[in-house]
Amino acid sequence: MADTRPAPRVGLFVTCLVDVYRPTVGFAAVKLLEDAGCTVEVPESQTCCGQPAFNAGDRATARDLARSTIAAFEGFDHVVVPSGSCAGQIRKHYPELLADDPAWAARARHLSARTHELVSFLTDVLGVTDTGARYDGTITYHDSCSGLRELGIKEQPRRLLATVEGLTLNELPGAEVCCGFGGTFCVKYPDISNRMVEAKTADIAGTKADTLLAGDMGCLLNMAGKLKREGSAVRVRHVAEVLAGVTDTPPIGEKA
Amino acid sequence: MQPTTHAFPENARKALSDERLQKVLAIAPAGFVNRRKQAADRLPEFEDLRDQGRDLKNHVLANLDTYLEAFEAKVTEQGGHVHWCRTDQEARDAILGICRKVGAKTVTKGKSMISEEIGINDYLESNGLTPIETDLGEYIIQLRREPPSHIIAPAFHLSKKDVEGTFRQAHTDLPPDRVLDEPKVLIAEARQVLRRKFQQADVGITGANIMVAETGSTVIVTNEGNGDLTQILPRVHVVIATIDKVVPTLEDAALVLRLLARSATGQEASAYTTFSTGPRRPGDLDGPEEFHVVLLDNGRSALLGTEFQDVLRCIRCGACMNHCPVYGSVGGHAYGWVYPGPIGSVMQPALLGVKEAGHLPNASTFCGRCEAVCPMRIPLPKMMRHWREKEFEQNLQPAAMRRGLALWGWFARRPALYHAATRVAVRALGMLGRGKGRFASLPLAQGWTRHRDMPAPEGRTFQQMWAEKKAAEKKGKR
Repeated sequence: MADTRPAPRVGLFVTCLVDVYRPTVGFAAVKLLEDAGCTVEVPESQTCCGQPAFNAGDRATARDLARSTIAAFEGFDHVVVPSGSCAGQIRKHYPELLADDPAWAARARHLSARTHELVSFLTDVLGVTDTGARYDGTITYHDSCSGLRELGIKEQPRRLLATVEGLTLNELPGAEVCCGFGGTFCVKYPDISNRMVEAKTADIAGTKADTLLAGDMGCLLNMAGKLKREGSAVRVRHVAEVLAGVTDTPPIGEKA
Repeated sequence: MQPTTHAFPENARKALSDERLQKVLAIAPAGFVNRRKQAADRLPEFEDLRDQGRDLKNHVLANLDTYLEAFEAKVTEQGGHVHWCRTDQEARDAILGICRKVGAKTVTKGKSMISEEIGINDYLESNGLTPIETDLGEYIIQLRREPPSHIIAPAFHLSKKDVEGTFRQAHTDLPPDRVLDEPKVLIAEARQVLRRKFQQADVGITGANIMVAETGSTVIVTNEGNGDLTQILPRVHVVIATIDKVVPTLEDAALVLRLLARSATGQEASAYTTFSTGPRRPGDLDGPEEFHVVLLDNGRSALLGTEFQDVLRCIRCGACMNHCPVYGSVGGHAYGWVYPGPIGSVMQPALLGVKEAGHLPNASTFCGRCEAVCPMRIPLPKMMRHWREKEFEQNLQPAAMRRGLALWGWFARRPALYHAATRVAVRALGMLGRGKGRFASLPLAQGWTRHRDMPAPEGRTFQQMWAEKKAAEKKGKR
């Protein structure tokens, strides 16, 4: 029997890093969502979820940006984010940030309940079991901290990656240990951050994988930057690129 | 101990270039992490116990005055004394007063972080007494005149070889050609030296992992039995503890104990769990003649009712630092004072002020591993963020970062301008980086490019490409 329900109307929260660094991830997300039967829109009035201000202790700016994000995404069935960190900010922190604002508290909770990280949205909400992609290579996967610990994203990307034709997953030892990015942490404490990312790239090398995937641009830029500095040939991509089969753009940090 | 917390970045740099320390850090935390995980996995109700632990401590903190007074009444009823101390100085004076009154010369000590917090060893020494640490790790670092680098493993930063050197230097009455190559031999030597000290001691000072209101008992856990000898052999037993350690009943104490050992060392129970209830009674075979509890506030009550109250649930298991990638990179001494790791990053600003300790809550990636393992479910990253808010309110953050964030915030609040500005910036960066796909060096991003390349952006923003795509689709339809 054909599904007669209307297509879910999804608002894509692009995230600032995908917007400026890697539009490919945004288009991969759109493809995955449309292939799964969603109608995707990208509100123009979105900028940043406000996490940098929130984590810098600037609550006023964080609240302002939370309000404008809420306003930008009202009316969608779901809001989908190709990042565990930004999705975590909206899901976990917006309600707390605006709890004492009578005009916005309920709207913040409403958005929180409708917001999902991309891969877990595909598996847990839409019930996607296979994206029909092909990727010839051995990959390893880093679990970004916010997605893992704030949103419980662990099995979802692995389940979908397992169905990608030609792909082998070599698990990364210490996949749950932070890569050392941490937003402004990596520039405020560069030496500590470096020690953390060094440990990560050593673990990545140990897996013998030719490709590193993760679900957050921040971590990916950090790990790619370190791998390239070390002269590693490991290719770095956002998990959405591989799941969507959108791999014609050069890997992160590599020339065309 | 003079804090060097304000110098955290320099402390960290030193620690990162200390090869000896880095070797220890490469191995030691993983052992704690694995053992804790195994212990938690073996106990099906472990996660429920964490909820219960959180709820218990929340209840205690909401009724702290009641339970502390009940505890005091029970201690007094059994012939003990409770000394209420608001500050570290008051606590030092209370302890010195007790020692003076009984004419003490030698004081043995069980492991206690509060005794580090109030700097009791130096104080007793400068007043002519001899304090002797009896926990093996504490004994080693006392000989080396170092502060602890971990709250349950004070000599965490040292290797077997370091300990051998320390013992050879300190135990000059033993044959210099003795073999000290095995941990077992080192422990036996410490044991032999400490036996004599236990017998000489007039006063024994221990901490308390728990205080039980219904019985007036204090509880300590150790794996060496040194705590028992410290509190039973001397004439006087002094317990030093902070007000947040009280629980209502013995059953509540059992809950804390079940969480504590598993979270700390991955044991089901510590080797020794000892309840002390008042001084020796007529007919008791052993025990001290006097029993004192020095009950310290030192800034804790000021946290009640604030956004930092939850930190008072801490039972000092050390799981947060064992799992912390920052602690794992720099070790405990870099934190510059008594409490390292995530718990230190929340406690030290409370105890030393945000001006002295402001670096610590900033030196976190908010990876959340500490909160994920905390037996009391303390939201440590959230509390660190609250300290950053205090810093922000007081204008204490570096000016460049403040200006950068303010500028970014100004644009982010204005979507049209933001998109126009990012379009221009990304275009420029994309063109510059096109040759290699990355930058080895970038002005204003030295912190990043010192250690890693900066991947180049693709060259156009998603918003721009999306708008063009939509416009083309519209045109196509017409």
